[in-house]
This record gives sequence, structure tokens and C-alpha cells, in this order.
Amino acid sequence: MSLTATDKAHVKAIWSKAGGKAEEIGAEALGRMLEVFPQTKTYFSHYADLSVKSTQVRTHGKKIIDAITSAVNHIDEITGTLSSLSTLHANTLRVDPANFKLLSHTILVVLALYFPADFTPEVHLAVDKFLARVSHVLTDKYR
Amino acid sequence: MVHWTDEERDIIKTFWGKIDAEEAGHQALTRVLVVYPWTQRYFSTFGNLSKPSAIAGNPKVRAHGKRVVVALGDAIKNLDNVKATYAKLSELHSEKLHVDPENFRLLGEALIIVLAGQFGAAFTPAVQATWQKLLAVVIAALSSKYH
Repeated sequence: MSLTATDKAHVKAIWSKAGGKAEEIGAEALGRMLEVFPQTKTYFSHYADLSVKSTQVRTHGKKIIDAITSAVNHIDEITGTLSSLSTLHANTLRVDPANFKLLSHTILVVLALYFPADFTPEVHLAVDKFLARVSHVLTDKYR
Repeated sequence: MVHWTDEERDIIKTFWGKIDAEEAGHQALTRVLVVYPWTQRYFSTFGNLSKPSAIAGNPKVRAHGKRVVVALGDAIKNLDNVKATYAKLSELHSEKLHVDPENFRLLGEALIIVLAGQFGAAFTPAVQATWQKLLAVVIAALSSKYH
């Protein structure tokens, strides 16, 4: 389900607002994923605090959003841009592919929450497709 | 039987009281039809679904969205017996409507996103978790008569 020019424009537009709140949005998305889908906590057994307010969650959430921002900024070369992250996920992190949908969902929820007027159905569609593409790239080297 | 804490029951009742079934249902169904256009396969009698603005303005979409969220109210009134409450609806979706249960998940996700947009910060992680649990229970009940 490839990204159209319109999709790319929608993603860039909403991300221009989201990218600037990377830590907040990342913490919310990650924290909500951990709370709503408790099985995801298995990947964070080394974290003391798994809430949205936790320093570890905020730091890691920001990392995730910043990586997505770089994919947005190089939206025509997502594969190349995320290549080393893809290797990391395949060889070291080995997060089960099912979990990418869960985090993608909470990212969408947080975008709707922060930007209700901007997160129209068309923008929702574009971001959903974009996150699916990012997830695909990140799991591409798994086997 | 599903176990609900007092806090969860509270959250569900409080937020249900603030939800406009027609508006929430309309917005959720609109999003499903826009974001996952293959779902339009179930709505060939709905007229113009050719683009997002047509979908959003379509009165049949609005009416059907309302119907779905109003039906959610039945589950909320019978939290301790959602499965039995939806037994007939489950059969209907399986035997007459032939709806892939995956679609229940898509609509559930869309509804969560609509609620997040409506309630903003009040839609805390705990509130989201409760509503996702409710929808998971509803989806399981609606899927239960498929064979």
C-alpha cells in the first residue's frame, strides 16, 4: 500500500507539529502501549517505571519519535534512512513483528489527542500507511 | 466471565454519559471507510463513498455509525454478561451479514481514536486502557458465534 504524494504531504504537515513535541508524544505513545497492551512490557523488564511519566519511558519515547522524524524528512528513502535501525531490530532487539501495530495504534491515538483538528480521516489514513511502511522497513531483515 | 474493577465500571459509565452516540459512531465509521477502504465492500447499498468528503457527508454512514454505537450501550448496561447480550448480533454478523471479524477490530480502533480526539487529555492512559478492554470484550462476544 504505497504512499501517494498526498499521503506524504499529510504526513509531513502533521509531523511538523508532532516532531517538536517528540518527548511528550513519544512518552504518551510508549506509555499507553505498555498500559493498554501489557504483553509489551516483556520488552522492558529492565525499566523501573513503565508509566508515561517515567524518565526511562520519556527518553525512549523521544528516541522513537526522533527516528520517525528522520523517516518523515527522508520520506522517499525510508529504507536507506532506517537501515541501521532495521539491522538493530533484526539482530539485537528482535521485537515480535505483531508489536509494531500496537505502537502504531497508540501513536495514532496520541496524534488524535494532541491535534484533534489536524488529525482528519485523510491524515489518519496517510499516517497509518506511513507507520505501516516504517514497520515494514524495521522488520525487513528479520528473516 | 469478565472481571471489571469498580474503577473500570466508573470510567465506562462516566465517559458513556458524555458520548454522543450519533456523532461518535458517524466519525468512527467514516474513519474506517476512509482509512481502510476495502471495508466499503459491506456497504454497496450506501450510495456515494467515492471520496472522504462523500463518506463524511453520507447520511447512511451517519445512521449506521449511530446504530453501532447505540448498540454498544447494551454491552455497557450488561457488563457482566456481554457475551449473552450479543449472542444474536454475533449470529447475525456471521450468518447473514458475513462480516470478517477483523472489521470489528478496525472499528474499535477507530472509535478509540475518535474518543481521544473528543476528550483530549481527559482520555488518560487508564481511560484508554479501560475502553480498549471494553471493546475487546465486545469484539470477542461479536465473534463468538462464528463457525
